[in-house]
Amino acid sequence: MTTLSYLLAAVLFILGLKMLGSPRTARRGNAIAATGMLIAIVVTLIDQDIVNWGTIVAGVLVGSLIGGFLAIRVQMTAMPQLVAAFNGSGGIASTLVALAEIERFAGNFDTETSVVVVLSLAIGSVTFSGSFVAFGKLQGIITGRPIMLPGGQALNALLALTIVGLGIWATASDSVAAYWAIVAVSLLLGVLAVIPIGGADMPVVISLLNSLSGVAAAMAGFVIGNEALIIGGALVGAAGFILTVDMGKAMNRSLANVLFSGFGGAIAGAAEMSDKPVNRATPDDVAIALSYAQSVVVVPGYGLAVAQAQHAVRELANELEERGVDVTYAIHPVAGRMPGHMNVLLAEADVPYDQLLDLDQSNPRFAQTDVVLIIGANDVVNPSARDDETSAIYGMPILEVDHAQTVVVVKRSLSPGFAGIDNPLFYEPSTMMLFSDGKAAVESVIGAMERV
Amino acid sequence: MSTEFIAGIVVFVLAGFVGLEVISKVPPTLHTPLMSGANAISGITIVGALIAAGTGSGTAAAILGFLAVTSATINVVGGFLVTDRMLEMFKRKPRAKQEKT
Repeated sequence: MTTLSYLLAAVLFILGLKMLGSPRTARRGNAIAATGMLIAIVVTLIDQDIVNWGTIVAGVLVGSLIGGFLAIRVQMTAMPQLVAAFNGSGGIASTLVALAEIERFAGNFDTETSVVVVLSLAIGSVTFSGSFVAFGKLQGIITGRPIMLPGGQALNALLALTIVGLGIWATASDSVAAYWAIVAVSLLLGVLAVIPIGGADMPVVISLLNSLSGVAAAMAGFVIGNEALIIGGALVGAAGFILTVDMGKAMNRSLANVLFSGFGGAIAGAAEMSDKPVNRATPDDVAIALSYAQSVVVVPGYGLAVAQAQHAVRELANELEERGVDVTYAIHPVAGRMPGHMNVLLAEADVPYDQLLDLDQSNPRFAQTDVVLIIGANDVVNPSARDDETSAIYGMPILEVDHAQTVVVVKRSLSPGFAGIDNPLFYEPSTMMLFSDGKAAVESVIGAMERV
Repeated sequence: MSTEFIAGIVVFVLAGFVGLEVISKVPPTLHTPLMSGANAISGITIVGALIAAGTGSGTAAAILGFLAVTSATINVVGGFLVTDRMLEMFKRKPRAKQEKT
């Protein structure tokens, strides 16, 4: 009966994930997955001979309070940090489950169990410390720039080898100390592996850590011989893996390149600032261009999230729609700090999801677009990625905004983006530059609209 | 290897393929809720945490069990709640319907 109940939980997870695939069913899908989780928890509590109810109640209470508080209070702009933190807590849970098993059996396992205990400890710990470094970077506690450590990759390789060595020792000797040493070295490895990765690469890192938290759960499932954990973990591992690959593709970078190159700031010094003239625009110029357009495409970037401009943008769009202008949003896969982040921010500002277009949907439309309004995006609209083979971002898929009639760029200054590359788009005759903070700019354009 | 262990590997591999199949169709718009929802599912570790906390004996087991249950619960409760909060925003689309008709 217990096994069948776990199977039911696993089926509900799969159904829930499937329903998360469409905006109409997604919320119900999430509820169904949560129901599966509740079944798994209740069955476990009934089936196992629980003696320490106090410990469980205390843990569930504390965990629910912390998790619930964070989930209810978090700002949508801070979603990437929160997901990173949750990934981390899932990772450490797997490590702790394996450690509890080590305590129970004093490290005496058969070979196959030893191997999965080692994997559970190592993957869980790397996920935990890596996630919290990512959290620190996203929250601004640690600099978003890549921190290159002396001997970085060689040191990480050495640490990975040390974990393997300790794993073999632990398996052969059943030494409890060896298992604990694996945790220590893995925690260090997680920190050192994520520290050199730049802020702009966070979508890939978070996806990968998400995948690892799933794999860690599956390994913990092998340790305690529970198929619900194995299935749930494998599903999440696969989900994170797909997103990791997608994000890599969106940046035209391999996973190895993201993890090992310290991209996203390291080459910023190499940026050559062009001294070509740009068209400086006033809010009134922009208001006129927008008011007389038939179709406007808004291209939001991370700068929009930083400036908290999503509500102002929605207001501007309302204003334009009232004048009969067709407004859509073109969203690059790596526009935010995690996959789909920008979509959540715009959804929060009540933008209907059918106005949110992805890369493939929006690119064919730019040729028929009158005005493209770019707010806080840079590298994802840089034509060099398409035209200039010598460019560091050459080959990265971009939003081809330069095909539109007029391009308006709202930006604080001409400073280069995360890739540290000058953007020829800014110097095009059809481009208008509005130098300002994203939110202030949009608000002043709304003000100017009333005078048009 | 025991048959139980091999069965576990079979389940792991098949579930991985099911995951790839189910998730590859999710549109980019829903990637963030998908990730936080998947993240909540990875909190299934809570089952292991409950067993560790509920059946272990000794101080070390109690501390490890408590910490495991706490961190897994954060993951489960926080993950499902925040996913619901996000998806609620995606659902509210009165304007979209008006524009379509």
